[in-house]
Amino acid sequence: MTDQHVRTHAIDVSSVLRDQKKTAEPNETCIKVENLNLFYADKQALHNVNMEMPKKKVTAYIGPSGCGKSTLLRCINRMNDLVDNVTIEGKILLDDENIYDKSVNVAALRRRVGMVFQKPNPFPKSIFENVTYGLRIQGINDKRVLEETVENALRGAALWDEVKDRLNDNALGLSGGQQQRLVIARAIAIEPEVLLLDEPASALDPISTLKIEELINELKEKYTIVIVTHNMQQAARVSDYTAFMYMGELIEMGTTSELFTNPQKKQTEDYITGRYG
Amino acid sequence: MIKAWFKSGTPWVWLNAAAVSTCLIMVVGVLGLIVVRGVGHFWPAPVIQFSYQEPGGPVQTIIGEHIDTSITPAAMAKSTGHIMADDEDTLVQYLIKTGNRDITGADFRWILERNIQQQQTPAELMVVERREWGNFYGQLLAVKESGKIIAAGDQAWPAAQARIDQALAIFKEIAHLEKKEVGAINYSLEQLRLEQKRLELNNRWDAAAEQRLAAEKAELEIDYKKYQTQLSELYRQIRRDSLVATTEGGKEIEIPVAKVVRIFQPNTMSRFDKVWHYGAKLVEFLTDDPREANTEGGIFPAIFGTVMMVIMMSIIVTPFGVIAAVYLREYAKQGFITRLIRIAVNNLAGVPSIVYGVFGLGFFVYILGGNIDQLFFPEAAPAPVYGTPGLLWASITLALLTLPVVIVSTEEGLARIPKSIREGSLALGATKLETLWLTVLPMASPAMMTGLILAVARAAGEVAPLMLVGVVKMAPTLPLDGNYPFLHLDRKFMHLGFHIYDVGFQSPNVEAARPLVYATSLLLVLVIVGLNLSAILIRNHLREKYRALEG
Repeated sequence: MTDQHVRTHAIDVSSVLRDQKKTAEPNETCIKVENLNLFYADKQALHNVNMEMPKKKVTAYIGPSGCGKSTLLRCINRMNDLVDNVTIEGKILLDDENIYDKSVNVAALRRRVGMVFQKPNPFPKSIFENVTYGLRIQGINDKRVLEETVENALRGAALWDEVKDRLNDNALGLSGGQQQRLVIARAIAIEPEVLLLDEPASALDPISTLKIEELINELKEKYTIVIVTHNMQQAARVSDYTAFMYMGELIEMGTTSELFTNPQKKQTEDYITGRYG
Repeated sequence: MIKAWFKSGTPWVWLNAAAVSTCLIMVVGVLGLIVVRGVGHFWPAPVIQFSYQEPGGPVQTIIGEHIDTSITPAAMAKSTGHIMADDEDTLVQYLIKTGNRDITGADFRWILERNIQQQQTPAELMVVERREWGNFYGQLLAVKESGKIIAAGDQAWPAAQARIDQALAIFKEIAHLEKKEVGAINYSLEQLRLEQKRLELNNRWDAAAEQRLAAEKAELEIDYKKYQTQLSELYRQIRRDSLVATTEGGKEIEIPVAKVVRIFQPNTMSRFDKVWHYGAKLVEFLTDDPREANTEGGIFPAIFGTVMMVIMMSIIVTPFGVIAAVYLREYAKQGFITRLIRIAVNNLAGVPSIVYGVFGLGFFVYILGGNIDQLFFPEAAPAPVYGTPGLLWASITLALLTLPVVIVSTEEGLARIPKSIREGSLALGATKLETLWLTVLPMASPAMMTGLILAVARAAGEVAPLMLVGVVKMAPTLPLDGNYPFLHLDRKFMHLGFHIYDVGFQSPNVEAARPLVYATSLLLVLVIVGLNLSAILIRNHLREKYRALEG
C-alpha cells in the first residue's frame, strides 16, 4: 500500500519535471518493439514489426480490418498469452525491460499496462466495486484509500459528476458511453504507466465518442497511450503519432500530421485517401 | 386448398399446441388424482349401518364406511359366477370398510347392492382409532376403571373422551421418557461398553479405567431405575381404564384405553367438527411416527429422512461437481481426453439408478465402510458401524448419481461467461485464480444452482438405489437427535419414496393403506416442489445480481 503511494508520488514529480523541459528534449521512448513476429498456429499475423512509442504521447494504430493492429496492441500487455497456439518471437521493451522475458510476472505487467476493450465490459458489480477491483486484488482494503481512489479515478475518467450519487448501483445500469468511461476509470485506478485502448469508441454513439476523445486528450498528460482505431479522423484528432499497418506489417510510422499530410509510402497514401481498406 | 393450409404453417402450430396441451393435461391429471385421493382420506366419512340379507340367508347388520362402488355389466357378472335376473343390466357392489380386524379377520368387505334391505346412519355409531388392529366400528356401552363400570349409557361418551384425553397425555409422557431419557441412557451405556472394549483392545484396561467406567455406569443405572419406576407407574395408570363396546354382530368387547388414539361419532359431527378432525388427522400425518406396519399414523420420519438425505447429498455433490467442472472447462487442455471425459460424464447420467445402488453397496458400504470399521471402530465388532447401509452411504451414492447433472450445468454456466469479462479482469492484473474466484464463479453461480435444482429433483424422487444403501421400512431413531454427536450418519433412515412402495405394495393390508399411498405421494411431490422452489428462489436472486450475461 505504501509502495503504491510512493510510486504515485514519484510519477507525479517526474511528470512535472518532464513537462517543464518538454520543448527542449526529444521524446523519451516508453515502449520499444523489436523484430516482433507472431504466429497463430501456422499463420503468421505479425511480420517483423519494429517501432518505438514515446512516453506520455498518444500513438494510434490504423489499418484495414485484420491487419494485425489489435494483435500488436494485445502483445503489449501479453493478452495474447490467453490464446491457444500462439507463438511470439522478438522483444517488446517497456522501460528497457523485455516483457517477454521469462522472469516477468504477467499479472504485475498488466498492472503497469492497462487495457480498455472495444466493447465496454464492466463486471456485474456496483460502480464502486468495479473501480476498486484492481486495488482489492492487490490486497488494498482500507476504506479511505479505496474511496479516495474511486473519486480520483472517476474524475480522471470524467464520470464522477454523473455517478457520484449512485456508486453502489450496478454498473450495468449505466449507458454504453458511461460504461466505457467506467472501464477507463477502472483501468486508471491502479495507476498504470501505459493505457492500451482497443477501438474504445467503436461501439458508442457520436456524443459518447466525443467524450472519450476529449478524455484521451486529458489522459495523455499522465499516461502513455496506444490506441487502435478504425476511424482515421479519430486518429488524426487524438494522436500525436500514427502507425499504419497492413497485412501484419508495419508500413509506416510518423507524427500524425506528417503521416496524414505527407505519407512516405504509396500504400499509406492509398489507405488514407480511401482507395482501399 | 389443403396444400395452401399446410404451407401456411397452421398445422405445425396446431401440432405444437397439441403436444403442449397433452403434457399439461397429463401433469394436471397426475397431480389432480393424487390430490383428490390423498386429501380426501382424512375427512371423516359417515358410518352406515346396513341391513343385509343374502338370498336364503338371515338378515345381518353390517357397519362401516362406504369406500368404493363397482358397477359390472350383467354379462361379465355372470361369467364370474353371479346369478343375474333377466331384467338386471348391471351388478352393483359396494366396498365397505368394516374394521374390527381383531374380530372378523378382515377390514374390508364387498356387498351386493340388491341384497341391502335398509341403510341408515344412526347417531350413536362410533369409530375407535386404535394403535393395533385398525379401526373399530360399533357402539359404546360403558367405561371401566380397573374392571369396574364407572359410566354407562349417556354418561359413557363424555367419560370415555375424558379418559382418552388423560391416557393420551400419559402416553405422550411415556413416549418422551422412553425415547428421550431412557434412549439417552441406553445410548450412553452403549458408548461405555464400547469404550471398555476399546480400552481392552488397546491394552489400557486397568483398575483406574474400570473404576471410572463402573462409576459412570452406576450413575446411569440409578437414573435408569428412576425412570423405570416412573414408567411403570405411568403404565399402571394408562392400563387402568377400558372401553366396553358392541360390534355390529352384537358381540361385546373391551378395548383398553391405552390402545385408543381417538374416538369419534362421524354421524353426529357438525361441519366444524369435521374440519377440526381433518386438521388433527393432517397434523398427525405430518408429525407422528407410523403405526401398524406404516398403514396408519404419520410419516414424519420419512419426511425428515428424505429432506436430510437431500441436504446431505447437496452438500456433497455441489463442491465436487463445481470443482470438476472448473477443472474441465478452465484448466484442462481441451482435446481428446477432455472430450472423452465429457462423454463419460454424460453417459454416467444415463446409467440406471439401481446400478448406482449396487455400486454403493459393494464399494461404499462393504469396502469403504468395512475398512472404516476395522480402522476406527474395532470395538464395535462384530456389529458394523459404517459397514452397513446408512444415511452417509445413501447420500454419497445419490451424489454420485447426480454428479453429471451438476458438472454439465456448471460447465455450461462457465462457458456462457463472456470472454470480455475474463479479459477485463486479467487486464487489471488479476491472476487466473483471482479472476475465477472474484468474477467467473460468482457469475456462474446461477448455473450451479440450476444443476443443484436438477440434482435435488432427481435425488429426492429416487428409490431403487436407496433400498440397497440405507433406506429401511421402519427406523426406530432419526438420523439427527439430542445424543452426541447429534448427526448420526451411520444410521438407517426412512424415505418417502420407499415409504410409498412399502405401504402400497408390501403392507399386509393394501386396501387400508391405499389412500395413504396417495397422501404420501402428494407429500413427496410437495417436498420436492418445496426443495426445488427454495433452490429456484436462490438462483433467481443470484441471476438478478449477475445480470451481465444478457447485456
